[in-house]
Amino acid sequence: MINVKNLQKNFGGVEVLKGINTEIDKGDVICVIGPSGSGKSTFLRCLNMLEKPSGGQIIFEGDDLTDKKIDLDLHRQKMGMVFQQFNLFPHMTVMKNLTVAPMMLKKVPEADAKAKALELLGKVGLADRADAYPNQLSGGQKQRVSIVRALCMEPDVMLFDEPTSALDPEMVGEVLDVMKKLAAAGMTMVVVTHEMGFAREVANRVLFLEDGVILEEGTPDEIFNHPQNERLQSFLAKVL
Amino acid sequence: MTLSSLFLAAGGPFAAWFAKLHETFIVNDRYKLLIEGFRNTIILTLGALAIGLVIGTIVAVIKYLAEDAPSLRWAAFLCDVYLTVIRGVPMVVQLLIFYYIIFSHAKDGIPVAIVAFGVNSGAYMAELIRSGINAVDSGQMEAGRSLGMNRLQTMRVIILPQAIRYILPAIFNELIALLKETSIAGYVAEIDLTRAGNLIRNNTYDAINTLFLVALVYLTMVIILEQILKKLERRLRKGDKR
Repeated sequence: MINVKNLQKNFGGVEVLKGINTEIDKGDVICVIGPSGSGKSTFLRCLNMLEKPSGGQIIFEGDDLTDKKIDLDLHRQKMGMVFQQFNLFPHMTVMKNLTVAPMMLKKVPEADAKAKALELLGKVGLADRADAYPNQLSGGQKQRVSIVRALCMEPDVMLFDEPTSALDPEMVGEVLDVMKKLAAAGMTMVVVTHEMGFAREVANRVLFLEDGVILEEGTPDEIFNHPQNERLQSFLAKVL
Repeated sequence: MTLSSLFLAAGGPFAAWFAKLHETFIVNDRYKLLIEGFRNTIILTLGALAIGLVIGTIVAVIKYLAEDAPSLRWAAFLCDVYLTVIRGVPMVVQLLIFYYIIFSHAKDGIPVAIVAFGVNSGAYMAELIRSGINAVDSGQMEAGRSLGMNRLQTMRVIILPQAIRYILPAIFNELIALLKETSIAGYVAEIDLTRAGNLIRNNTYDAINTLFLVALVYLTMVIILEQILKKLERRLRKGDKR
């Protein structure tokens, strides 16, 4: 579904990604782990071109997203994204947050968009908060809404950028539960995370990024129980 | 027997003043000039405000988008020239240029003045609106883009509605400044409130009553605007707390 070829990214002369190659297939749940500053978030943000790669290619469903002539907006509709800081629209109710994009971009009739939003809100346990404004919600609720906002566009893949890092500890679980359900339902997911428990339990493949390259990748069992690379071993020793 | 002599005959502490007011504003229907001036001041201010907001929004959005869209660099450069020229030349001079050079053949002067004040105000609005756009968290643009909206759609639906909240007080400041600035319309022979008052002063030699009345009308309008702003701000704050 997504084919990453020799992806590079420089920020003003600093090489953040130094040639990343990987393939993400339909139904994959891929967790990206690594120390801070390793380029995990940059890697994820390159996948939907929020960061413009300095080199290499992102092939998404057969189209090269780094091609200047491509209609990025159309492809982004199929790639949902969840941010560390939620980035809900504070001037809109939860319902409006969920329906604005489908109605504007996919011309979904308002009644249908609302019905869909309510159904998804129900699945994350927030059906009663449709008329609330984002700043009336707790962090965990905000993040669940932002997951639903992405899902309302019916994406083919969901990108999560440290979705639980800005949450109080007691709210991490409710967000991870939603993500687990999503994975169980067969959604293709790429998750940048520090939640090793989640990676171990839910991922079918784990990428260990350090210093702008994938140092090791494999199943959770391979990564967590039989790490080969010395730096992965020392990283796991610190975080587990 | 005239009305003013009636006031005088009636006596009392304000009799002389009432007689004077009558003499100045009522005789020869001179108050009608003031009403016309007041009307023109309102038209000039609201017209210029509308033009200023439109120009200001367009310029601010172009400059914002040009930050990472090379194709817009020329447009952004033109915007910069516009900002520099407008802010570098006195409003009176701009008004004279609009009148005697750009629209020298115009029959009606009021629309010309509206455009001149609007083009001027647009430059100040542009910088205000740009500061409002920059005050909105950059994650908002990213969230809009990640859903598949283009930059303009995100700007219109996500960024600008939030930016307005930040800059509403500054917009009202600009509106108040604009209202008072239209008092130079008399330079090009338009009858605004100031010029109407001054014409009456010239005819009646009654400087005190004419000028104080004009001043009082401006002051009242500004106070009303301030009250409207306070109400609007209270309403926006309520929206934040909900």
